[in-house]
Amino acid sequence: MQLKGAEILLRCLQEEGVDTVFGYPGGAVLPIYDALFESSIRHILVRHEQGAAHAADGYARATGKVGVCIATSGPGATNLVTGIATANMDSIPLVCFTGQVGTSLIGRDAFQEADITGITLPITKHNYLVERTEDVARTVKEAFYIARTNRPGPVVVDLPKDVMERSIDYKAGDAEINLRGYRVMKGYNSGQVITAVELIKNAKRPVIYAGGGVISSDAAGELRELAQKRKIPVTTTLMGMGAIPGNSYLNLGMLGMHGTRYANYAIGEADLLIAAGVRFDDRVTGKIETFAPHARVIHIDIDAAEIGKNVDADVPIVGQVKEVLQAINQRLEAVEQYWEWHQTIDRWKKEFPLRYGPSCEGRIMPQSVIEKICELTQGETIITTEVGQNQMWAAQYYKFKHARTFLTSGGLGTMGYGFPAAIGAKIGRPDMPVIDIAGDGSIQMNIQELATAVQYRLPVIICILNNQFLGMVRQWQGLFYGGRYSYTDVSHQPDFVKLAEAYGAVGIRVTREEELEAALQQALRETERPVILDILVEREADVYPMVPPGSSLSHMLGGDEI
Amino acid sequence: MRKHTLTVTVENRPGVLTRVTTLFRRRGYNIESLAVGETENPSISRITIMVMGDGKILEQVTKQLYKLVEVIKIVDITEERSVTRELVLIKIRADNNVRADIVQIVDIFRARIVDIGKNSLIIEVTGDSGKIDAIVESLKPFGVLELVRTGVIAMVRGEIK
Repeated sequence: MQLKGAEILLRCLQEEGVDTVFGYPGGAVLPIYDALFESSIRHILVRHEQGAAHAADGYARATGKVGVCIATSGPGATNLVTGIATANMDSIPLVCFTGQVGTSLIGRDAFQEADITGITLPITKHNYLVERTEDVARTVKEAFYIARTNRPGPVVVDLPKDVMERSIDYKAGDAEINLRGYRVMKGYNSGQVITAVELIKNAKRPVIYAGGGVISSDAAGELRELAQKRKIPVTTTLMGMGAIPGNSYLNLGMLGMHGTRYANYAIGEADLLIAAGVRFDDRVTGKIETFAPHARVIHIDIDAAEIGKNVDADVPIVGQVKEVLQAINQRLEAVEQYWEWHQTIDRWKKEFPLRYGPSCEGRIMPQSVIEKICELTQGETIITTEVGQNQMWAAQYYKFKHARTFLTSGGLGTMGYGFPAAIGAKIGRPDMPVIDIAGDGSIQMNIQELATAVQYRLPVIICILNNQFLGMVRQWQGLFYGGRYSYTDVSHQPDFVKLAEAYGAVGIRVTREEELEAALQQALRETERPVILDILVEREADVYPMVPPGSSLSHMLGGDEI
Repeated sequence: MRKHTLTVTVENRPGVLTRVTTLFRRRGYNIESLAVGETENPSISRITIMVMGDGKILEQVTKQLYKLVEVIKIVDITEERSVTRELVLIKIRADNNVRADIVQIVDIFRARIVDIGKNSLIIEVTGDSGKIDAIVESLKPFGVLELVRTGVIAMVRGEIK
């Protein structure tokens, strides 16, 4: 059958099970958009390419499928870059298609030409420039295979216009993956698993340290089984939220810079650390030399390069977290134990709970907003965040029940991520309420996507914790720069209620604690339109507890008394 | 810290060398020497890289390199019985008074004179880094006008295991 490159592309997407793509048209992708015009693939038209990348990322995180986005050449492609880097740092499977000028023009600085394979080289798992229509089918197949297997990540496929226009004889199913340098990791070292089991059996003060790898390999069930069987307390990273129910007595909450005191103290006292799908990031470990000083370390990760990168493991296990945890669970019986360890932890929990003081200005405390959202949704919602204080409070005070319900830019820390990610999540999981916990700074970075949410009738809720500051930077200026609030006061801002209304969304301002519940309930009842809740919160509330950068986890500020 | 020689087998495609060198730059590892060329299989290239580092750095380099989709195989041949060679061209100041002395040095090192100019010679030397450093040192007093090295290539001795 004679088909154009663009038509082959769409057929290959369908073979990969893709039913939704996020994108923005332009000159170099005209052939692709012409083919999309009559395709059964649903295309979500964003208002900025960065929104397409984040929406595809939110879709991928919420569903576990590969997210797909399309942008044109040059500025369209470069606008994806922040979204690609975000996905790369958090190991999210994306395939990003970019238009490119015709092959005869490449390298001549043609109109809207950018070397996007060069630009994205260090922020992708792999990338391709497709030079022949004959290579389209194989490249798409390889791109999806690479994006979703082993440690997932984004793959960019650059498609010159003439490659998409040209027709060739195409037979479905002919394309074969040809990747001799890429092997999918199967199995694990069972000797190491046996050693790990022995260490777990003999541990007196074990802690599970669970990260994004548990979520991406769908291993929350196995992790909970291990924790419950042996009554092992679990602390999660920002990326690991939802690995264990927030209300479980074994849950220690988040560890690290803004972790709970009891999680960080538990790390300090532990004699065994079961690190699953984590990379010992600096925000987690603080001063690395003093991290978990008494613990032997079992490190389970799909990426061999993560093992020994920051912390030496006593028992390194390279493999799918899910498979490895299953193997460990099979060799362990359920026991009642660690009562002394649990007593210690319970004491810390009582003595040093997460807490915050009353308002100094008679305003709503931002933490109470998260608690209220938690109370009304009971974990049956998807929470996305922007970056900064809003993100940390969401992680601290929301009790997550399920994996894939907390979508946040953990590695790159991308402001403007939360709202487009919420759009992608809502499209992937229309059955779940989706709430973006935002700051008044971050939300303005991709506010244009309100038009997208209104167009597709997506009842996404944006809760702006409006303190008229770039709050986290202000907090650091307060703590480490003598209170010199250099350019962090953003009180010159739009009227968010009117802004919502201008886009055709719902806008509600909340200024008093008593109004909060009714406003949230009204937002949760909305079925057709996005809602902005502009919640005026305490201007100078800080995120506590806090480990100052470069300090040991045991050295925490705040949270002991307010 | 010591010098390690890695042979990296890669797909012979445009951009692969950039991926490898970008990885070194991004992770902060310094390349001491690099040579690349096609192998007996035209679809495969071989990059020989010399890098300074301790065992931990080498382990990270190797693991990170393996993550590149187009990298097929990496071998650290530092400890292997291997042949390593580098080719150098040296242009040296040489008038009639010193030519005989230079020829003597060239003979000792089993190097070759490949061009004779009015006041200069080009000398070609092949060998391991030690030999090359030695001849360069011996020739320096005459005045080195230009020097270019290919970078080290290496091969393990004997049959492939």
